[in-house]
Amino acid sequence: MDNGIQYTAQSSASSAEFRNWFMDKLFMGMSVSEYARSLATPFNLAAVAILVASAPVFIMRYTRGLASVMDATSEYPWGLLLSWGIFAGEPLFAAGFVVAAAYYLFGMKSYRPLVRLAVLGGMLGYAFAASYLLIDLGRPWRIYYPMLVNLGPSSVLFIVAWHVALYCTVQLLEFSPAILEWLGSRRLHRWAVSTTVALIIGGVILSTVHQSALGAMYLLTPGKLHPLWYSSHLPLLFFSSAVYAAMSFAILLAFVAVRYFRDKCDAKFISSTPSLTLSLGKGAALSMYVYFALKVLALAQDDRWGLLTTPYGYWYLVELLGFVAMPMVLFTAGVKSQSLKLIRFSALFALFGILLNRVNVNLIAFNWHLPGHLHRIIPPGTEIMMIMAMVTLHILVFRWILNRFPVTRELPEYEGTH
Amino acid sequence: MIKIKIKKNRSEDPGGGAAQDAAGRSARLSRRSFLSISMLAGCTALGLPARAGAAPEFEGWPKSYGMLTDFTACVGCRSCERACNEVNRMPAPEKPFDDASVFNERRWPNAKALTVVNRYENPGDPSRPVYRKIQCNHCLEPACATACPIHAYTKTPEGPVIYNEKLCFGCRYCVIGCPFNIPGYDYESALQPKIMKCILCYGRIKKGQLPGCAEACPAGALTFGKRADLLKLARKRIAEHPDKYVSHIYGEHEVGGTSWLYISGVPFEQLGFPTNLPKKPLIELTKGYLSTVPVIFTTFPAIFGLIYAATRKGDPTEPERQHKEGNNG
Repeated sequence: MDNGIQYTAQSSASSAEFRNWFMDKLFMGMSVSEYARSLATPFNLAAVAILVASAPVFIMRYTRGLASVMDATSEYPWGLLLSWGIFAGEPLFAAGFVVAAAYYLFGMKSYRPLVRLAVLGGMLGYAFAASYLLIDLGRPWRIYYPMLVNLGPSSVLFIVAWHVALYCTVQLLEFSPAILEWLGSRRLHRWAVSTTVALIIGGVILSTVHQSALGAMYLLTPGKLHPLWYSSHLPLLFFSSAVYAAMSFAILLAFVAVRYFRDKCDAKFISSTPSLTLSLGKGAALSMYVYFALKVLALAQDDRWGLLTTPYGYWYLVELLGFVAMPMVLFTAGVKSQSLKLIRFSALFALFGILLNRVNVNLIAFNWHLPGHLHRIIPPGTEIMMIMAMVTLHILVFRWILNRFPVTRELPEYEGTH
Repeated sequence: MIKIKIKKNRSEDPGGGAAQDAAGRSARLSRRSFLSISMLAGCTALGLPARAGAAPEFEGWPKSYGMLTDFTACVGCRSCERACNEVNRMPAPEKPFDDASVFNERRWPNAKALTVVNRYENPGDPSRPVYRKIQCNHCLEPACATACPIHAYTKTPEGPVIYNEKLCFGCRYCVIGCPFNIPGYDYESALQPKIMKCILCYGRIKKGQLPGCAEACPAGALTFGKRADLLKLARKRIAEHPDKYVSHIYGEHEVGGTSWLYISGVPFEQLGFPTNLPKKPLIELTKGYLSTVPVIFTTFPAIFGLIYAATRKGDPTEPERQHKEGNNG
């Protein structure tokens, strides 16, 4: 009898303890009212406004079909949503594998403070890329079909599907030490850390294949994609541009962290950011030279020089000179003059170039010879709304994680364990 | 391994070997064995190049059916559209099938109409416009089937390319891949969207009936039959009336050949046909890439494992050094 009472008291005490611990983790040590007050900022207001305004669009998409929110047809099955969410987004999210490979595999130990942030950027990006797919797929509840129901191994998209799924898992595992530290689970943490190198190598493989496969998808469309953009080198071009996109994204992630999350960064992170930005800028410049050379090589190999003097040729030159060569030169100048500002600007510039390239391949240069082409690829407002909502959600989730998990700081009790 | 490969290659080579003199053969062998050695690293173990070399080129199912459209005979009555609508139990169209005003716009097959007829100007004789019936061409090696990550498309031995909506998750990569922009997706359905396209009345031809459009055509513009016979017929018509036809059977070679063939009095380019397509099936363009994927999986762990081992060695003072770097930055 006595024992029973004691046991109940004890369990209620520990459940209250758990509740306190849980709320503490969730509200970052603030009380509920303090936390609620801290949320009333102009940024949050704008975010809520965008999400509320876009809610009806999402409801329409799932109750009245894709036609209610997109202008998709037999000639233009994919719109800006996929261009933005998958084709332009995923090169950026290669940041996880590029930085992790530099630190874990190539022995560039100075990258240590940045690894987790880059892996978080990659992991979250891939999760969101999958979410864009859940909007765009006709029957999103069948998203696992290529994995479990029926296999179509002759398809490049089959490769993409498998690699995104596996890479999402690998990135979650790569990031798991941070989650486990947040939760304070030492034993699982030790186990998670021990698998790191194998995971990183797996991640490099999956990401290499996946990034190149996005380009390889368009190998199937020689009659539809403009010959200046169509090349047998598409897989290589998509992969090599993902490398500099990843470095540019990592530069900007580090900048956002030290600028807007300074109280969540430890001294090591803040003090190493300038040198890492410089180092990443160097890498990005170098990989842009490689990419630029490959682009010219593709042009030469298919002997497309004559097309450069057509309207699409001018547009091609805008992309190649204005959005590849230009940021490439700026990166170089930034590294030479050790200007962090210029390097960060070049990184943003380079990412616009990535977006432009992918939109060109997906939309502007695709089915370019059809009558009324340029009028038919203008995305409707509803599609833009969905993109804005997804970007807002992406930022909110990123902020939520960065505020809580030990990403840009090392917990003293875990120092030197990973 | 190398020896086996040489032997295999020789036996595949028709007329090679015996017909050649000894010197020529040995030169051939040494080149082959060199190739084999260079490919041994990751590829031969997986049998990839060997398979690519061994697989005979697919030239379509023998005795498969097809259709021949003769644009010089088509009068634009749209009987084929009506028949297609009826046999496939499609919803009634916005404008009736005898309304010629539809020719003022450029229409395209979609989830509501699996075939449409468009009108094109005839530069040779402006009083007689050309009517073009558009529908799935039933490629011998369909790009839609190549594109589908769930294998929802099948090229049947009878000829039609059919689709299984029970498997489809709606990515529409088949629409991207199709060189003719044919598969129509039912974008207006929220719960059961699916691809809608001509299936050459697969059910009807299995029963020995004609496809709906061919049965309905009053002008003799559509001929259903064995593809091989249709090619002979098309050649005969072109040969007998060289002044009436352009000398090209569209679909004979485009993207490896299609089951649906066309002959015309005006160049196909003027009728909106893509004339920039390769002669080989589109799957040939992705095969090379797909075969490198397993190679990456076999070689990367070794390469990166080695790099890891190499950079890790001799670095016992790592934490201290890293501290210094951090302070310097």
